[in-house]
Amino acid sequence: MLEIKDLHASINGKEILKGLSLSVKPGEIHAIMGPNGSGKSTLSSVITGNPSFEVTQGSIVFESKDLQKMAPEERANEGIFLSFQYPVEIPGVSMVNFMRTAINEQRKYRNLPPISATDFLRIMREKKALVEMDNKLTNRSVNEGFSGGEKKRNEIFQMAMLEPKLAILDETDSGLDIDALRIVANGVNKLKSPENATIVITHYQRLLEYIIPDYVHVLYDGKIVKSGGKELAMELETRGYDWIKQEVVV
Amino acid sequence: MSDTIIHEVTQSEYKYGFTTDIETEVIPVGLNEDVVRMISAKKNEPEWMLEFRLKAYRHWLTMKMPEWAHLNIPEIDYQSISYFAAPRKNAPQSLDEVDPELLKTFDKLGIPLEEQKALSGIAVDAVMDSVSVKTTFKETLAEMGIIFCSFSEAVEHHPDLVKKYMGTVVPHTDNFFAALNSAVFSDGSFVYIPKGVRCPMELSTYFRINAINTGQFERTLIVADEDSYVSYLEGCTAPQRDENQLHAAIVEIVAMKNADVKYSTVQNWYPGDKDGKGGIYNFVTKRGICKGENSHISWTQVETGSAITWKYPSCILMGDNSSAEFYSVAVTNHHQQADTGSKMIHLGKNTSSHILSKGISAGVSQNSYRGLVKVGVNAENARNFSQCDSLLLGDKCGAHTFPYMEVNNESAIVEHEATTSKISEDQIFYCNQRGISSEDAVGLIVNGYAKEVVDKLPMEFAVEAQKLLQITLEGSVG
Repeated sequence: MLEIKDLHASINGKEILKGLSLSVKPGEIHAIMGPNGSGKSTLSSVITGNPSFEVTQGSIVFESKDLQKMAPEERANEGIFLSFQYPVEIPGVSMVNFMRTAINEQRKYRNLPPISATDFLRIMREKKALVEMDNKLTNRSVNEGFSGGEKKRNEIFQMAMLEPKLAILDETDSGLDIDALRIVANGVNKLKSPENATIVITHYQRLLEYIIPDYVHVLYDGKIVKSGGKELAMELETRGYDWIKQEVVV
Repeated sequence: MSDTIIHEVTQSEYKYGFTTDIETEVIPVGLNEDVVRMISAKKNEPEWMLEFRLKAYRHWLTMKMPEWAHLNIPEIDYQSISYFAAPRKNAPQSLDEVDPELLKTFDKLGIPLEEQKALSGIAVDAVMDSVSVKTTFKETLAEMGIIFCSFSEAVEHHPDLVKKYMGTVVPHTDNFFAALNSAVFSDGSFVYIPKGVRCPMELSTYFRINAINTGQFERTLIVADEDSYVSYLEGCTAPQRDENQLHAAIVEIVAMKNADVKYSTVQNWYPGDKDGKGGIYNFVTKRGICKGENSHISWTQVETGSAITWKYPSCILMGDNSSAEFYSVAVTNHHQQADTGSKMIHLGKNTSSHILSKGISAGVSQNSYRGLVKVGVNAENARNFSQCDSLLLGDKCGAHTFPYMEVNNESAIVEHEATTSKISEDQIFYCNQRGISSEDAVGLIVNGYAKEVVDKLPMEFAVEAQKLLQITLEGSVG
C-alpha cells in the first residue's frame, strides 16, 4: 500500500529525514516511535505533502502512485488522512460545512455525485457517536475554542467521516487524559479493517496499550534504526531511547 | 512557500472582462456649461432641472478633490472625459426589442432578464451606459401606486416628487463628486413607495459601464413614505478597460415615519489588471435620512471591484426611535485601494445604529475602514455599536481602520470593536489535507468570515456575492 524508499527530506535547507524506508500493507498498524527531533512529524508532513518540506531524494509510492507528483489535496482524496498533532482553528467555517466540503471534494475526485443532505446528516450522527463527540462541537467553527482533547477527538471524527485507506495519527495521544485516550483509541480500532492501514506516531507506549501495533519502528536521526513487534514498544518504555542511540553509534 | 498558494489564489484575473458591442452616442470630451446644457437638452429636461445642473456645475468649479482619504489617486483630467453616452436606439417596449448583445451581456453575468422576469419576480431597471434600456413589472407596481422608473422618466412624469426630494439628503454642495454628479448625472433610478404600501418584490437595478472613456454618473432617489417598506438591490460589473473610468454616483434615501428601506448592493466594477493598470474609480455618495419616527434604513454592501473606492453609505437618524445599519464586505486585491465605511449621525431621541464592516485585503492592495459616529446634543439615549474586522491574505497588503466619534450627549452609548486576522498557511494545508484545494480553502475561509454580512443580502444577491467571493455556498445543512 505504502512504499517509502531511501527518503531524504529537509526544511529550510536542513535535512531531517536521512534515508528512511518503510513498507505498509493493508490491514497493518505500524507504530513509529523515537525521541524528540528524530523526524517523526516530518515523516507525516512529507507523506501528506506539506509544502514546507522538500524531498531531496528517494520515493514515496502509495498504491502504485508516485505521491511526490501529487498535490496535498490529491493525496488526501486518494485516501491518506493525517490526524494533526496541532489541529488549527478556522474561525467562521462551521464543522458541518467544512466536513461537507471535504466529503464532496473526495466524492468529486472519485466521480461520485455530491452527498445528499439526509445521508450526510445520518453519517455525521453515526460518526459523532463513535468518538462520543458533543453535538455542540460540530455546530461550532472548525476547532475554534475546542480544548486540546476535543481537537484530537475531532480529528478522529473527521477520519471516521472520510474513511481513509491510510491514516496517520501524529501524536494523537498527547494532551489526552486517560478517558479521552480510550475513546480515541476505541474509535481508531472500530475503523480498522483488512483494507486500511494505520501509522501511529507516538512518544509513549501508553497509546499502544489501546491500539495494538503489528510493527514498531524506532526513528532516530532521520532513519528507522530498529524495527520489531509490539514488544519493542514495551522495551522502549522500560529502557528509554538511550540504548538505541548507543546501538546506532556502535 | 509561504506566499505561493495565496499568490496563486489571489492572482486570478477579472472574470467579467468583456465589452458589449452596442452602438453608443458619445458627446465630445470635456466639461463646461455648454456640455451641461447639452446633456440636459439631449434628455429633454425642463428648465428647473437645467438650473439645478448649472448651479451644481458652478459650485463644482469652486471645489477641490478631497485628499483626506487613505488613497493614492492619480490626477484626473476632468477635461478629457466624455460626460454622456446613450445607446442610439429608442427604449424598447418588450424583450424582443432589446438588443440581443445586451441580453448576452446579462447572460454572461448570470443575470438572464427573462428568467428573472419569469421566476424571481424582480422588476429590473437595467441601466446600460447611462440610459435605462428596460424596465419591467412597472405596471404591476403602478397598480399599488409604486413608482419605479429611470430618473429621467421621473423628471418627466413626476417632477413634483423629484423637485421635493432631490438634493435634500445629498445637496449639490456636499462634496466635490456630489457636485460633479449633480451637474452631469446621466440617469439612474427613482423609487417612490406611497403611504402604507409594502413593496411586494425586490426592486433591482443593474448598472454597467460600457463605453470607452465615459464617466458614468448615476443618480438614484428612493422615497419611502409613511408606513411603507421597500427592498432595493443594485449590482454591477464592468467590462475590462485600459483607460481609467470615472464613476461618481449619488444615492439618496428618504424614510418617512415608520418606513423601512433596505438597500443592498454588490459592486464589481473592473478593478484594473494585476499590475494596477486600468480599472474604475468609484467615488460614490450614498446617504439616507430616517426622517420620521421609527423609521429604519439598512445598507448592505459587498464591494469587490474598482481600482479606487471612495464610498461611505451613511445615515442621518433624525426621527425619534429611528434606527440604521451598515453591513459591509469590502475585498481588495492586486493594486486596488478602498477607503470605505459609514457615517451615522444621531439627531433624534432613542436612535440606534449598527456598523459591521468586514475588510478583506490581498495582493498589494490597501483597504481602509473610515467611519464616523456622531451624536447630537439632543439625541438622548443614542446607541451605536461598530465592529470592524480585517482579514489579510499574504503580507504585502494593508488594512487600516479610522473610526471617528463625536459624542455631544452624555446619555449616549457608543461602542467600537476591531479585529485583524490573517489566513495562515497552516489553515490552508489543514484544508488541503482534507481534500480541499487551496483555492477552495481560501473561498471557504473568506466565505465564513463574510457570512454575517452576506446573510443580510436578499437571497438572489447572496448567491451572486458568494460567486464573487469565490466561494461555495454554505448550504441548508447545519
